[in-house]
Parts: sequence; structure tokens; C-alpha cells
Amino acid sequence: MALHEILLQQLFNGLLIGSFYGLVAIGYSMVYGIIKLLNFAHGDIYMIGAFCGLIFLTIAAPVIGAGWPSLIVGLLISMTLVGLLGVVIQRVAYRPMLKAPRLSILITALAVSMILYNTVMILSAGRYRVFPAEVGTESFFIGTLRFTETRIILIVAAFTLMFILHMFITRTMYGKAMRAIALDRDTCQLMGIDVYKIIAITFFVGSALAAAAGIMAGVYYGTIHFFMGFLIGLKAFTAAVIGGIGIIPGAMLGGLLLGLLEAFGTQIPFIGTVWKDVFSFAFLILFLIFKPNGLLGRAESERM
Amino acid sequence: MALLEIKDLTLRFGGLCAVNALSLEIEDGSIRSLIGPNGAGKTCVFNCLTGFYKPSEGEMLFQGTSLVNKKPHYITYLGLARTFQNLRLFKEMTVLENVMSGMHCRTNAAFLTTVLRTKGQKAEEKHIREVSEECLDFVGILDKKNYMARNLPYGDQRRVEWARALATQPKLLLLDEPAAGLNKDEKARLIKLMHRIRDERSITIFLIEHDMGLVMKISEKIFVIDYGVKIAEGTAQEVRDNPKVVEAYLGKEEEEESA
Amino acid sequence: MAETKIKRKVTDTIDSVIITLFRIFDNKVYRYTFLFAAAAFLIVLPNLSSRFTQEIMTNLFFYVVVCLGLNIIVGYAGLLHLGYAAFFAVGAYTTGILSSRMGMDFWLTIPFSVFAAVLAGLAIGFPTLRLRGDYLAIVTLGFGEITRLTIRNLDITGGAVGLIGIQRPVLFGITLNQISHFYYMFFILAILAIFVSYRLHDSRMGRSWEYIREDEDAAAAMGINVTTSRLYAFVIGSSFGAVAGSFFAAKMTAISPDSFMFIHSVMFLMAVVLGGMGKIPGVVLGCIIVVLIPEISRDIGQYRLLIFAVMLLIIMLYRPQGIWPDRPTISAKE
Ligand SMILES: Nc1ncnc2c1ncn2[C@@H]1O[C@H](COP(=O)(O)OP(=O)(O)OP(=O)(O)O)[C@@H](O)[C@H]1O
Ligand SMILES: [Mg+2]
Repeated sequence: MALHEILLQQLFNGLLIGSFYGLVAIGYSMVYGIIKLLNFAHGDIYMIGAFCGLIFLTIAAPVIGAGWPSLIVGLLISMTLVGLLGVVIQRVAYRPMLKAPRLSILITALAVSMILYNTVMILSAGRYRVFPAEVGTESFFIGTLRFTETRIILIVAAFTLMFILHMFITRTMYGKAMRAIALDRDTCQLMGIDVYKIIAITFFVGSALAAAAGIMAGVYYGTIHFFMGFLIGLKAFTAAVIGGIGIIPGAMLGGLLLGLLEAFGTQIPFIGTVWKDVFSFAFLILFLIFKPNGLLGRAESERM
Repeated sequence: MALLEIKDLTLRFGGLCAVNALSLEIEDGSIRSLIGPNGAGKTCVFNCLTGFYKPSEGEMLFQGTSLVNKKPHYITYLGLARTFQNLRLFKEMTVLENVMSGMHCRTNAAFLTTVLRTKGQKAEEKHIREVSEECLDFVGILDKKNYMARNLPYGDQRRVEWARALATQPKLLLLDEPAAGLNKDEKARLIKLMHRIRDERSITIFLIEHDMGLVMKISEKIFVIDYGVKIAEGTAQEVRDNPKVVEAYLGKEEEEESA
Repeated sequence: MAETKIKRKVTDTIDSVIITLFRIFDNKVYRYTFLFAAAAFLIVLPNLSSRFTQEIMTNLFFYVVVCLGLNIIVGYAGLLHLGYAAFFAVGAYTTGILSSRMGMDFWLTIPFSVFAAVLAGLAIGFPTLRLRGDYLAIVTLGFGEITRLTIRNLDITGGAVGLIGIQRPVLFGITLNQISHFYYMFFILAILAIFVSYRLHDSRMGRSWEYIREDEDAAAAMGINVTTSRLYAFVIGSSFGAVAGSFFAAKMTAISPDSFMFIHSVMFLMAVVLGGMGKIPGVVLGCIIVVLIPEISRDIGQYRLLIFAVMLLIIMLYRPQGIWPDRPTISAKE
């Protein structure tokens, strides 16, 4: 293949991986934006989403098959269930901690993450599981570029979800309430906004999107694993920071950028796949140090 | 030369101009007040002086040294101490420990001397304790030194803040609304205390205060700001008679009519 | 309702027992008698017990050293560190490389290992300690992963296989190669770690960390350099980890990247938080829980982490000061 073809192929791969990152990053960013919590458990929510999809497909396959229609139903059901799981976690673990010191709520989030992934580890016996989706593997060519139907559908689905979320945030009162709560929770409460309801909705939406990303990753990679949330959790956080944490379009942008960066990064001979993750983490650290407010964020002056 | 000199100090938050081209001087050994309606930008001036906010423009000279772009801890080290408008005590620590924090910048025990507990380190710890107790005695709450700070009544918590600021051994003391929430007796004692701080310890005092009676009684000179702009300066009498000041506090007459 | 009442009663009873113990311990005679008795018991223990018990106890002492180091960062300075295993790895690999590849004497490698940890601590801490607190958690997590992946992929560290042939330390002409030797070595290290932790806690430096934890702005206004103070905690804590790592390498004679995973960082953190961060007896108690529970019942095996995670959550929700209670305070009413 010629160089520009390799680059085009990587562009497509980068966008696809990047849209997974973006979907997970949105949840990080929304939660951070509204209650300033770095939700360590978010990567595990993504993993739970994938397992939810697996369970649904296993049950549904004999009845309605495991093709696209059944995947879509599974996606919607899993998104709802995992969204509710997010709300429950929020209610049980985070809400009592909203006034506690920052360190405590961070450790709480870590505990939730450990509980989620250890539970799945025990239930799945710690093994890789084949994701039982039966989707087309036919590929077609545009010029010499190879595309598979699956990848195209996945990328369209991811962008559709992002678009729906964007509409939800910009066209409903919810988005406004969320921004208001981010600014001053106590005043919002006094103004009669149901703060806890808005926080719960935030967790629902964030978790549902992560679950969707998890299922898509299952379809894309073919296998899933209880530890799959750890790495993507870190990367999605990176994406959220790149875009400016708390800013939702920033999370999408950050996810896509990070996906592209990785796709092209692996093409650099010295980095390769071995150093890919080191490269991402180093990038994260440097980014945090030199541009902590992200690409779309503004420097804030903390009130005394 | 003035102890503190502020020239054209300006502080903006986005479109809001919290402090606008403010200039003033504080002479060594004086007691000066900064007054103004709510939200006038008084606390912002203190936050700039102590390095918590970065001024957008202007110069602040303390004994000829610029305070611009200096970190808060270094400014304290230079000899500028402050109290906070809403108390910022270390609530879960004892009163004595609270005051000992002020001695931090005047001492220097580091890792090795601490672990080996050298003679010098022990002497320093003793010194920290003695100075802190002396400061507590000065403000009159030495008997409560082992209480947890959060368990003290409000008036006493205020005094812990003063003792803590005194323990940094400042040359200039910035007090942000020291009389807020105090009763009549406590206010009278506060006035006495401020005079003692100035006379016995030769510390210059710059305070923000809403209680006009107290301000008029204590300060030789008053600065008035409104919307970040200095609108008057002078003795209590001069300020009281200044129509701009009256207007700032009571609102323009036309406005009142139209309202 | 009745349930919470019972719960309250149980915790109150535990607290009052421990607080009575505090009172007794305030008496110097009792305190030193107890400490001597405990020390004497631990000194004779290897003569009375099996190799297996000695292994567990050595592991416990090792945990005490590492967790007290982490406690300086998390408990004293209030910084969430999620990559502590990396500093432990820095120590272990410095000793490992110097010893197995260059034949350096074990004792000489320790200053290098501390130096490496200080450098790494400065490199990570200096630029990030000024950032928001929760960013530090991510940076340390990222650093932990970078370190692990790097030692996995470099030749000098032996890649995924790791290093073998790390030399045993020699002390007074005796080669330390028995489990009882390491038992005593880690025992001494643990005592040293406790000693240093106490001295740091009751000092100008220890107080400055407490001020910053309570109110960062007020601490700065009182003349405390917040960044420098935190950097001290970060570097001192990292050095503890590095020293423990060096001794770990000498005990194992072979190390591989598998000993320095994220999960190890989390286990250290759990020990610190469960017992009560910032409190030395609390951290020791946390180590006892984390090390001994899986040993008491082997069946726990795979549920071990889940159990600890649930405990961690319950502790954070209902008893953030940890299992070990805080000292009683004087209030104005008394
Ligand atoms: N960090 C900040 N970001 C944005 N605006 C700020 C910030 N700090 C202060 N302000 C604004 O600057 C203005 C001046 O505030 P400041 O606290 O200095 O008032 P003040 O004179 O001390 O009032 P008060 O008497 O109520 O204490 C206010 O409008 C306030 O909302
Ligand atoms: Mg004010």
C-alpha cells in the first residue's frame, strides 16, 4: 500500500477507536463537571456494559439470532440497565460523600471500581469471553482501501449516540440545570432545582453511553475481559482532559484526537505497539502538566 | 517611605472589574481602614496583596519590594500577615497548633534534624511553642490552648486567627472584617487589642470593616472604594462629609426616586 | 433502626476499649512495658514458630514499611497516590541491576536506590503537585503503568522475565539467606519506619502537612510553602518504598514486573486507609488485616480483593477515620 493509503486506513481506525474513547470520556466529563468527582469506576461500567451485552446475546440468540437487530435491542436494554446501575452506585456510594473531603470520595470511587471488576472477575472465572455477535465480515474496497460493514455501522452508531447526547444537552432544560449545578450546587438547591435528580440523570446518561461503547468494543474486538475497563478508563480520562474536563463536546473531541494519535503513533517505527501505552500515558502526563484546562477549557480563577 | 504602596492596582474577572486603578499608601506605624459597600472589591484588594489573586495590572510595593507575582507564603515571609473574612482555622487541630502554624516561616527544621531530633531541633520546637503561647496570651486565650479549634465559641475563634497572624511576626497586619459577628464587649476589647498590637509590637494595621463606629474610632485615615474605584480618602470626619461616600452607601437620590 | 443501634453500640464499645487503652498508654511505664513485651515476643518468635509463620510475619513487616511510606504521602500530606508500586519497583530494580549485572555489594546499592526514588519523586511531583489534587491520582497511576511497561520492555531490566541472580546481603561475615535472617531484617526496618514516622509526625514538617490537609489556602497564608511541603512528603514517602524494594529484591533474589502491578499499589493503599490513614497504629492494623486475613483462611483466595474492596467502601461511608479511632478531643463544654 502506498503511504497515503496507510494513512487513510489509520485515519479510519483512529476515528473508530476514538469514538469509543469519546463515548466513555463523556461520562467522565459529565460527572466531573457536575460534582467534581473523578469517577474511577467509569471504566468498569464500560466493562459491565460489554458483559451485559454478552449475556443478552447468549439468551436471545436462540430466539432472535445474534445479528444486527438483536444487537440493537441488546444495546438498548444494556444501556438502560447499566444506566440504572450507575444511578444506584451514585446513590449508595457517592451521594453520602458529596460533602466529604476530596480524598475520601476518590477512595470511595476506587473501592467501587474494585468491587465491580472483582465481581465480574469471579463470575467470569477471570477468562477472556468470546462476544457472541454474528455480524457480517464482508468487506468492500474503495480504491485499495478495505472497509468492513461492521466497522462502518459501529462508527455511525457511535456518532449517532454522540449527536443524540448533544441534542439532549443543548435542547433541554437538563443541560442548563447541569451547568448551573456545576457552578454552585447550594444555590441551585435554594432555587428549587432538584439537584440530586439532575446528578442521577447525569450518572444514568454517562453510564449508558459507556455501556454502549462496551458493547461496540465487544463487537469490534470479538472478545471481552473483566480487566478491559482499566486501560480504556485511563484513556478516556485522558481524552476528557484533552478536551477540557467538564466540557462535553471537549470529551468527544478529545476522544477522537486520542484515537487518531494512537493510530498514527503505532505507525512510527520506534513506538510501535509495544510502546503504544507508554506513549499514551506519557502524553497524558505531559498534557496534564502543560495544559491542565484542556483544549476547550479556560483557566479558572479559584474563588477564595 | 511608606510601608506599603499600591499603584494603579487593577483586577479583572472576565468582564467584571473588581478592583479598578486603585492607588494608596500605608505609612509605617499607622492604622488604616478600607471601607465600601458589599461587593466593592475590598477583599479582592487583600487577596491581591497576599498573592492569592494575580492582579491584571498595577504595582504593589512592600518596603520597596514588589509583591506582584509572589507566592502567598513568600509574602507572609516578607512580613504581611492576614486574617480571613470567614474564619479559616485549622478546625481539627488544637488552638496551640493553629497558632504554631504562624511560626513555620520563621523556623527551618528539615528532614534529617527532625528524624535525629538534634539539639537545635528541640530548641526550635521549644521556641515555636513559647512564641505561640505568648501570642495566645497576648490575645487572651492562653487557657484554651489545648481545645480543638472547632469547639471554641465564635469570638474565641476570631482571636485564634489574630494570634495565628501575630505568630508570623508581621510588620503589616491585614484584618478582613475583624469585628464581624462580635458583640459590644468584644468589639471594645478588639479596639484595645488593635492599639496594643500597634503600640507594643509596632505592627502597622490595615483593616476592612463595615462597622462605621469602630472604623471612625480606630483609624487615623480611611480609604473608601466602590465598584473597585477609590472614591474618597481622609479622616473619619472628611469621609463622612464626602457626598460621593454618602451616595455610594445610600444610592443616588434619583435612583431612589425611580426605584 | 434496631440494626443501626446495635452497630452503633458495637463501634462505641470498640472505641471505648481503645480509648481506655489510649489512657493507659499515656502512662509512660505501661507504654514502655507493653512495647518491650511486644518486641521481646517478636524477637523470640522465629525460635518458636514454623517457616511458614515466619514468612507471613516477614511479609507483614515488609507491608508495614511500605505502607508507612505511602502513609506519609496519603495520610500525612493528603495526596492520593495510585502508583506507589512504581517507587517500590524503582528501588527493587536499582538494587537488582546493580547487584546482578554489576556485582555491586547489596548495602552499597541502597543509597543508589534512594537516590533513584528521590529523582523519580521529584520528576513526577515537581510539575504535578501544583495541579488539582485529583489529577495527581491519575498522574501517579499513569506513572505506575509507564514504569511497569518500561521495565517489561527494556533489556537491562530483563524484560517480562525479570532479573535473576541478585546477590544476598552479607552482614558481619554472615550471608543472609535464611527466612529468619530476613524476618529480623524486616523487623528492624519496620521499627525504623515506625520511629521515623513518629518523629516526622510530631514535628514542624508533620504539622505543615496537617495544616495543608486541613486548609490549603490558610496554610499558605500562614507562610507555608504548599508545593515544597508536599514535595517533601512525596519524596520521603517514595524513598521508604524504594528502600523496601531494595530489601525485597535481596530477599527474593529474582524480581519480575509482575510484582509491581496496579493491584499492588491498590493493596498498599487499602492497608493504609482501612486501619486509619495518618495514624501509625492504624496503618499497622491495616497491614495486619490485609496480610493476615487471606492467610487465616485459604478459601478466601479469589474473594480476597472483593472483600477488601467492600470493606474499603464501608469504611469510607461509615467511618472515614478508619478502624482505629481518633484521639478524644477537648471541647469548650468540658
Ligand atoms: N474569584 C472570583 N471570580 C469572579 N469574581 C469574583 C471573584 N472573587 C471576587 N469576585 C467578585 O468581585 C467583586 C468584589 O468582591 P469582594 O469579595 O472583594 O467584595 P467585598 O468588598 O469584600 O465585599 P463584602 O463586603 O461583601 O465582603 C464581587 O462582585 C465578587 O463577586
Ligand atoms: Mg469582603
